[in-house]
This record gives sequence, structure tokens and C-alpha cells, in this order.
Amino acid sequence: MSETVLDVRNLEAGYEPGVPIVRGASITVSKGEIVVVLGPNGAGKSSFIKAIAGLVPITGGTVFLDGKDITAAPAHTMVRLGLAFVPQTENIFPLMSVEDNLKVACGILERREIPARIEEMYAAFPDLVRQRRTAAGNLSGGQRQMLAVARALIVHPKVLVLDEPSAGLSPKFVSMVFEMLAGIRRSGVTILLVEQNAKAALAIGDRAYVLVEGKDRHEGIASELWNDPVVAELYLGQRPLKAEKTSHAGNGGAA
Amino acid sequence: MSLQFIVDGLLTGSMIGLGAIGVTLTYSILRFSNFAHGDFMAWGTYATLAVVSAIGATFGKVAPIAPLSFGWPLIVALVIGMAFTALLALLLDKVLFSRLRSQGQAIIVVMASFGASMALRSLLEFIFTSRPTYFSRAIQIAMPVGFGIRITPDQIALLLLTAILVLGVHLLMTRTQTGRSMQALSQNAALARVVGIDVAKVVRVTWIVGGALACVAGVMIGILVQIRPFMGFDMLLPMFAAAILGGIGSIPGAVLGGLIIGLAEAGAVQLIGAEWRAAVSFIILMAVLFVRPIGLFGVRER
Repeated sequence: MSETVLDVRNLEAGYEPGVPIVRGASITVSKGEIVVVLGPNGAGKSSFIKAIAGLVPITGGTVFLDGKDITAAPAHTMVRLGLAFVPQTENIFPLMSVEDNLKVACGILERREIPARIEEMYAAFPDLVRQRRTAAGNLSGGQRQMLAVARALIVHPKVLVLDEPSAGLSPKFVSMVFEMLAGIRRSGVTILLVEQNAKAALAIGDRAYVLVEGKDRHEGIASELWNDPVVAELYLGQRPLKAEKTSHAGNGGAA
Repeated sequence: MSLQFIVDGLLTGSMIGLGAIGVTLTYSILRFSNFAHGDFMAWGTYATLAVVSAIGATFGKVAPIAPLSFGWPLIVALVIGMAFTALLALLLDKVLFSRLRSQGQAIIVVMASFGASMALRSLLEFIFTSRPTYFSRAIQIAMPVGFGIRITPDQIALLLLTAILVLGVHLLMTRTQTGRSMQALSQNAALARVVGIDVAKVVRVTWIVGGALACVAGVMIGILVQIRPFMGFDMLLPMFAAAILGGIGSIPGAVLGGLIIGLAEAGAVQLIGAEWRAAVSFIILMAVLFVRPIGLFGVRER
């Protein structure tokens, strides 16, 4: 692959000192790619991606974005640096209108640019237009994800980082969300996502990593990983992959 | 019964409402009940009084503006007093609240605000004594406006000032990026950081707005009633009642809550006697909370 956008080296992170959840994980994301991070429940996927976004304290390793060291950057500076994060749950402001949810994220844009940028987002996500005055908390699960993604994209990020975009969604919305992500990549945006729903994520991904016990244990081309016996062994350790789809809906953000 | 209680109630309600805006903002954005808020009122009032005296000493006696009991020195002093109170709130946050807040236990911050409240009040008593004082001792003639209601020019001016300030804060909250950031922070602090909001900056704006409005409310009390070190502390319960009645986090709610409590208190004084004043506002508060536990304009926390 070409230019590296995100380069994470030997990342160690955790909420409490001396109790690392991420234990030396390394990944790279190249320009225009969709990279998927898979792993069994409790592998530290969510903490890994939150640490990159500045939300979990980093205790070791480095994160480079476009060659710039962003390891110590506070969470609120990430959008300015070019990294837009979409949390797994509670990723919209429920009492604010859809439009205000978009506007509040525009802090780093030029004031003149904001109205046009919001219209561009409505053009890309037509479902949101009709709801622009609706409180975001009244949106359906799928529409919430759309709004969260639109809000992340509005600031022209170099990389879009998503924590389990399919979590808690019904199967209909899951496919909708992944189609949306595939569409976003076609428009030239680089994407890194963590997913429980391995099948759906690998279907749209270019490359994938398998994270086990806070370390990256395997890497490969997304389309090949689905049938890779090493992955089955690592990822499925405790339970068969088929059970994943039915069990994941209710398990929230434990990973 | 005389309808005069409407004017009295609206005035008391304005003072309570302006104070309650600060209480409700602090609660929804910083997630703690600031019991020192009343003392910001008192400090703002004494600061304003000090500036008025300083202006008087420098420029000699200044004639009041036509029908009002005060002249330009009080207006200038109020602006300076608002800035001073905002700075006082910022300072208290820096040396006390922000350090305790980082430890993550709201009750510790609440208790600290209790301590700060007592310290601030005692300091005022030490500097200015506990003897009541006034901005002006001039007696104003109340004008009859019909239905047996009388109102003074000062009272009209202060009601207008309240309306302008409330509208201003409401527009700040709903129409500006700063206001949206404040709303965002009150709804989800982690997500606010993710979308690029500098939490420290929003916290500063919260203290500035709350402190400045507390000063205005205090000066209103000073003009219409009297200035005492306890003037703010005595407003604490009605302010919290107004904030809760209106729904925590809601600016229009805080003001409406203030007006309801102000009117109820004034009405109660007429109907059942002054000693029931405080009880009536709390009975209304409890009645509303029974029917609507989140307050009038409140929104359910998920």
C-alpha cells in the first residue's frame, strides 16, 4: 500500500496505572484503506481504539498521524489533527437537534464554510434532512449511527475511526451501516474500525488485524481472513464464529 | 386581595431567576450544586458598592438619571462588579473546585462549596461588617398603573434589565457555537471532547456567565431591599428551588421557576402571612415534582 496515514507502534494503554488493557499493539492504516480490528470479547479492542482517540490513557508506545506524533494529544485536539472518532454508544447529543449535532462539531471549520458543509452532509445522508429539526435522541438506531458518522466526516478528517459501528443495531441496520462505510471509503476517506461482527466488517475491509489480550496477533487481507484457520483459532478461541452474530447484539461495550 | 403582589412577586422572581441561571448551569455542566453561588451575589453587590463609592469620592455627587434613584456611577459599577464576580468565580474554580472535580466525587465538591460559601460570607462581614447598607437612601414614589398596582421607576428598569439578560443568555445558549458547546458538555462530556470541544474553555464561560448574572441579581436586591453579607445566602434555597422547578439545565426553566416562586411567596405573604413565605414555595416545588419529577422544562436523563 501507499502512504501511511495512521501508524500505531507498540501501544500500551489502560485506565489504571499498572493494569494495561492494551499490551503492545501495532497497526498501520494506509491512505484510502478500510482497516478492521477484530478480536474476541475482552481483547481490548475498544480500549485500543479509544486510546488512539485520546480517551484512554496511553502508558507506552506511539501513535503517528500523517507522520506526526499524536500520542500525547488531548482528545479534544484530535479533530484538528485530522482524526475523527465515532464512539460505540451514546455517540450523539440526544437533546440537541440533528442540525445542532452537526454544527457543534464544526468548531475547527471556517464560519463561512459551515452552512455549505452541513448541506453536503445532508446530501450524503438524505435520511437526516427530513429530521434536521428533530432531537437526535428520537432518531432510530441506524439514523443515529448516520448522524454520528456525518458529524465525524464534517471536519474533513484524514482518518475516520469507528468503535463497533454495528453494536446494538438490528441486522437490517447493520448492513445499512456497512454499506454506508463502503460508500464513504469510495469517496476517498480512510477508515479504521473495530468490530465484533467479523463477517460484515471483513466484507467491506481491505486489511484486518486480530487483537488478542491487548496485542495484535495476526494480520492479513480482509477477504482471506474469513477462512484463515489461524484466525479461527485466535479469534474464536472460546466459541464458534457462527454464534457471534446472535450473541453480539446485547453484549454492549465490554470489549 | 390587592394585586400589588404581582409586581413584588415578579421582582423577587427576577432576582431568584437570574441567580438560578447560574445554579442550573453549574449543575448541568459541572455536575455539582454550588452552594457558594449566593455568596457570589453578595460579593458582586459589595464590589459594585465599593466602585460606586470610589466613583463618588472621585467625581463628587452625581445626579441620578431622571426618574431613577441612581445615576451612571451605579451602571458603570455594575459592569465592573459583574467582571469582578466572574473573576471571583473563575478564581474559586481554579484554586478549589477544579482540583476536587478531577477526583471525580461530586459530593466532595458540594461540601467544598459549602465551606467556600461560609468563608466568603465571613470575609464580607469582616471587611464590611454585618450592618445593612444601601445604594441609595432616596425614597422613590411608586406610580399607580391601574388595578391597584403601584410600581417605581427603578422596579420597571430592573424588570426590563432582567428580560434583556435572560433573552441574551438564551440566545447565547441556542444560537452560538459556545452555547452549543455548553449544551453538548452537559449532555455527554466524553463525546463533547471527541467532537473537539475544549472542556476547560466551556467551564470558564459557565463561571463567567453564572458569576456575572449573580452580581446583577445581588445588585437588584441591593437596590430594592438592602445590602447585607447574608443577602446571597438567604437566596440559596429559593434559587435551588427555582432551578429544580424549571428543570435542571434549562435557562427558561430557571427563570420561569424563579418567577413562580417569587409570585407564590409574594401571594403567600398577603394571603396567609409572611412567616409562610418559604414554605409556600417549597410546597409548590414538591407539588410540581410529584406530577413532573424532571421539572417544568427538564429532560429525562437516559
